[in-house]
Formats: sequence, structure tokens, C-alpha cells
Amino acid sequence: MKLSPRRLREFVIERLIFLSGIASIVFVLLIFVFLLREGVSVLKTASLGEFLGGHLWYPISAPPRLGILPLILGSLLVTAGAVVIAVPLGIAAAFYIAEVAPKRLRPVLKSFVEVLSAIPSVVLGFIGITILVPFLKSLLNLPTGLTAFSGSLMLAFMALPTIITISEDAINAVPREYRDGALALGATHWQTLRRVIIHGALPGIIAAAMLGIGRVFGETMAVMMVTGNAAVIPHSLFEPVRTLTATIAAEMGEAAKGSPHYFALFAVGIVLFIISFAINLTADLLLNRGRKK
Amino acid sequence: MERKEARVPVWKTLAAFLAAGSLAFSAVSCGGKRAGSGGAAALQIKGSDTMVNLGQAWAEAYNKLHPEINVAVTGGGSGTGIAAILNGTCDIAESSRDLEEKEIQQAEEAGTVVHETIVALDGIVVVVHPSNPVSALTMDQLREIFMGNVKRWSAFGGENRPIVLLSREVNSGTHIFFKEHVLRRGKSKGPEEFAPAALMMPSSYAIAEETARNENAIGYYGLGYISPRQKVLSVSRDDRSPAVPPKIETVRSGAYPISRPLYFFTRGGPSGTVKDILDFVLSPEGQEIVRATDFVPIR
Repeated sequence: MKLSPRRLREFVIERLIFLSGIASIVFVLLIFVFLLREGVSVLKTASLGEFLGGHLWYPISAPPRLGILPLILGSLLVTAGAVVIAVPLGIAAAFYIAEVAPKRLRPVLKSFVEVLSAIPSVVLGFIGITILVPFLKSLLNLPTGLTAFSGSLMLAFMALPTIITISEDAINAVPREYRDGALALGATHWQTLRRVIIHGALPGIIAAAMLGIGRVFGETMAVMMVTGNAAVIPHSLFEPVRTLTATIAAEMGEAAKGSPHYFALFAVGIVLFIISFAINLTADLLLNRGRKK
Repeated sequence: MERKEARVPVWKTLAAFLAAGSLAFSAVSCGGKRAGSGGAAALQIKGSDTMVNLGQAWAEAYNKLHPEINVAVTGGGSGTGIAAILNGTCDIAESSRDLEEKEIQQAEEAGTVVHETIVALDGIVVVVHPSNPVSALTMDQLREIFMGNVKRWSAFGGENRPIVLLSREVNSGTHIFFKEHVLRRGKSKGPEEFAPAALMMPSSYAIAEETARNENAIGYYGLGYISPRQKVLSVSRDDRSPAVPPKIETVRSGAYPISRPLYFFTRGGPSGTVKDILDFVLSPEGQEIVRATDFVPIR
């Protein structure tokens, strides 16, 4: 079969677009298979219960202790702290930008939010270690300022742009008629916001929060710099913690290939992957539900 | 009003994992163009964070003598450098510890011989906040502190404050040296570990920074990081020995109890440019750079 040059060109372009389209799916599957292949070998050294429930993380000792419970709890604690700070702040900021701020101020605010998202996390970490950490220590009279709370504050900054941008989109997507209808029925601006717009935008806002959580949970550099990285089960936000991400980043360079430590770090990667995946999937489902309504 | 696309696909986040994964891997290699024997272009030195400044000072001085050869020096930790020399992705590995058994095994499996040269000596200093009244500790006291058995400064005549332990991460040669030399009393294997509550700091800089700002802190790092912002402790071998401050003379004489050799590892016997650099490093001029960067010259 002979194709005309034009048909041939279209054929090639179509295939290329198809390839780009499925590339991300292929990548994800490959990553997961790769993680799984390297990570399951940790079960040769520690049982699943010892790995997920163990309290001690001494990966290079003989025999190694590979309990990641302190790391899981550390990640969850830092994330929870960041969410409590960033979600209300982010949603309030989104409402301000979308509904309250004067028209001329909006693009300015939006571009500053974008600048915030462009700050590299290592720079935030640097600010954290030189300014925030000593400040928190003296303010709260802590033994050290390198705590889960410092990490939460840094991460809240990083999650804010995601939460603000997506929430604002969700608010803007609420049909104009709802707003006009509410105002026409005599509702004040605040009542319209609180009773009408927030309802229409809620799934999007929740999704924004979930994506913010996902961003926070996977963040590494700033957290590693300000949380102290002590692998102990945390009892409060004001104690040092070690996160899953910081553990991989700090230790991967040293781990000898094929050692229990190496496999354990991949298994930590699997745990991280599964939790992040769950967070993002929830966000996606919520967004879709909001759209179909 | 036009509806904006608010959806960020799951895949986007997952693709970020790929990036993270590839970063983690590139950390083990130091890549780049390598110089064959006598070839021009770039030569890679990688490894110990303790030795990065020293390595860079050597590289700069060497580059002045041989402008045609560029030497790139990067850190990452001794283990990272050794992994890179075993993978063949760098020319010289800087290391603040000797090879481990498993690394010798890996080299054998790969069919290479790793050649070691001691290029300088380093003392590990124990530092506290300048306001801390404690000024000398014994090796046993250090052991008790870093294992978490003694938790308050008052036990050593200090104020009634909690002790905040600062340690390096496990990828640091300094971490391993301190554990084996102080906690395990010179044995490479043993049950002794840093207290789980010890803060694992990503760099010597981070330890220096936290020690300078936190009156509860105690940390350790190489002699080269000493600054007036921290107080350096004198250390005695046992109850009967005198407390010795870490200095070039006390490290070289062996009177200061926590010191170690610093190594260059190369693949096989050094030849060509690599040998030339080694000769330079060991020359009086190279050893003067050792002194200038606050390490201890070998001769």
C-alpha cells in the first residue's frame, strides 16, 4: 500500500502524538514495576510486620534494624501540621482573590502566588534553618528548633500555591447564574459566598487540598533541612522527626547495591508511592465527581 | 464564563517520581567526561563531604600548574565516592574512611583493584555552644552522651539543660568513624548505636549552624570546620589521661584521641594524570594546602 506524502505525514504525526500521550502511563508502570522488583527483597531481611511496625531504624548495622514506623509517623505528622496551616489559609486566599479583591489587584496577587510556587525548596529550607529554626527555639523554649513543626511551616508555604490556584479555579467555575440568582434573591455578598459559591466549588476545593497534601507529602529537601531527621516515634509536633522522603534522599547515595539497606530504601519508596498515589487518586475522584454534577 | 481546566492528573504527580528516582540514581555516579591517561579535559574527584574543600583547593592549585586539565570536585559522602569509583564513574574517590569488606568484595566482583593512598589526617572535634561551661570530656563520657544514656548537661557540671545530640547521616564517613571509634571503642562491629533521638544532620555545615545557635547542642565534625562560633571540647582517652585539645600537633602525635587518615582511592595503580595529581597532593606544596585548609599534613 502506498500512501501519499500527505497521508504519510499525518500518519507519522498521529503516532507521535499517541506515543507522547501514553508515555506517562508507561513511565508510571515502569517505575512501579522497578520499585517493586527492588523493594520486595527487603522481606528477606525483615518481615512485613517488622518493616512497617518496627521502632528502630539502623539500616547499616549488623544485623540491620529496618523498622520504618517512626518514618511513616514522621511523614504523616509533618504533613498533617502543614495541612492544618495551609488549607484554611489557602482557601481563604483563593476566595479573596476570586471574589473579594478589587479587579486590578487580582493579577498582581495571582502572579505573586506563582512566584511563591517557583521558589526552590532548598532555598526555603535554607531560610528555615537560618531564621525559622532559631526563632522557634527561642519563642517556644524548645530543646531544639529542628522539629516537625518547622517542617510543617515550610511545607505549608510550598503547598499554598497549589491550594490557592486550584481552589480559585474551582470558585471561578461556579456558574455565573448561581451567583446572580443568589444576589437577586436578596442575599448579601457574604451570604452568597458562604451558602452558594462554596457549595458549588466544594469538590474542587477538596481536591485542591488533597493535591496540596500530595505535594507536601512528597517534598524532600526543605524537610530534610529543618526537621532534625531523628528516627524516633514522635509524641508532639514540637519534636524532631524523620520523614520517608528525607530518609531516601539522605541514605541512597551510600547504600551498597544489593544490601538490605538498599532494598529497604526501595521499599520505603513503595510505601511513599502507595500513600501518594492514594492521595492523588482521592483528589482526582473528587474533581471528577464535582465535574459530573 | 469560560470554565478553566482545574484538573491536575494523577500521572503528573507520578511522573515526578521518575524525576526523583533518576536523581537518586545520578547521586551514585559522578558521570561526566573522564580523562584517560595523558588525555586532556575533565577529571572527576568525588566523595567525602569532609574533604570537599580540601579537594577543591588541591584542584585549583593543580589547575594553575596545568591549565589544560580541569579537575571537578564534588561531595556526597565517602560511600558515594567509593560507589562511584567502583562503578567507574569517577577517577579519584575522596574518602574519610577505609574500604569496607563488602566494598572490597564488590571491587573483586567487578574485577578491579582499588588502590589507596593516605593524603592527609583529620581530627574529629566535638563542639558545643560557646556558652556551655563544659570544656573537656572523656571518651567514655562522649560514648554515654551519644548513646543517649546521659540526657542532661548537669551530669558533667553544666547547666540543668537537656542534651541535644547532633550526628551526621549514615552516608557520612564521619558518622561511621565516630560510631566505631567512640561508641564502639575502636571496633567496627558491635551493638552500640547512636541514640535514636540523635538528630541526623545532612551536612557538617548544618551541625555547625545548629551548634552555634543552640546552647543544648553537642555535635562533631572534622577539624576543618572549627570556627569561633562554636566551643571545641578537649578530649581525654580515659579518667587518668589529660584532656587534649584538637590541634595539628596533637592529631599528628596521636595525643588527641579522635583522629583518622583521609584517603584517595583510585582504580588500579594510579597512572597518567591521576598519578600526576597524587604526586602533587603528596608534594610539600600539596601538603601546605592541607595545612591551609585546617587539616593535618601527613609529613
